[in-house]
Amino acid sequence: MKADHSLDCVGLYCPMPIVKTAEKIKELKPGEVLEILSDDKGIKEDMPAWCETTGHEFLGLEEEGEIRVYVKKTHD
Amino acid sequence: MADKDKFTIVVFSGDLDHALVAFMLAVTGASMAMEVSMFFTFWGLNIIRKNEGGIKSKGLKRKMLNFINRGGTKRLKLSKFNMLGLGTWMMKQMMKDIDMPSVDELIKMAHESGVKLIACTTSMEMMGLDKDSFRSEVDSVAGAAYFLNEASKSKVSLFI
Repeated sequence: MKADHSLDCVGLYCPMPIVKTAEKIKELKPGEVLEILSDDKGIKEDMPAWCETTGHEFLGLEEEGEIRVYVKKTHD
Repeated sequence: MADKDKFTIVVFSGDLDHALVAFMLAVTGASMAMEVSMFFTFWGLNIIRKNEGGIKSKGLKRKMLNFINRGGTKRLKLSKFNMLGLGTWMMKQMMKDIDMPSVDELIKMAHESGVKLIACTTSMEMMGLDKDSFRSEVDSVAGAAYFLNEASKSKVSLFI
């Protein structure tokens, strides 16, 4: 999947990937895609939940060793 | 998005592990665009007390209490397996191993992300503490009615 921005959260555990994502997404323009790189398995449940609460779009994830999660910013 | 969801937490416990959970949830809530308020009461006040500074409380009973109950993040202990500080020391090392933020760092993060830290006035009065006893991140002091009013408007409300 193609992303406009990338965030490396490898080595960070809950809730830090979510906290960092919330900070990072402020830098994006609506419509842009953020890729989050993580090795915290909790992110597979946490990121869709974060998207549901904040209203951003969860595009999916890829898992090859590390987990890559894709989120589309929908609003400011 | 419409109005922000509210999230209120009563922090009654002054244990290190309880403090970690409370602040992690608060910081996460703020990251989820929630309006988070934390009410510190009883032993929970120890978490937001300054690490430094002498005992200024008036009266013998309160001086005695604050002599054995100094408060401050550096003095927090685990609720289990403290083992004269050894267990707490080990847990702190284990947290460092996985880059977990300390309570100190979490308090700063919470404050920066807009979490409101509120101290309970009755506990303060009883324990002989004033607003100066607390760290700068503490926003205000309030009572039970203020908490209940906030809690009744909250989607999530916890007692830790």
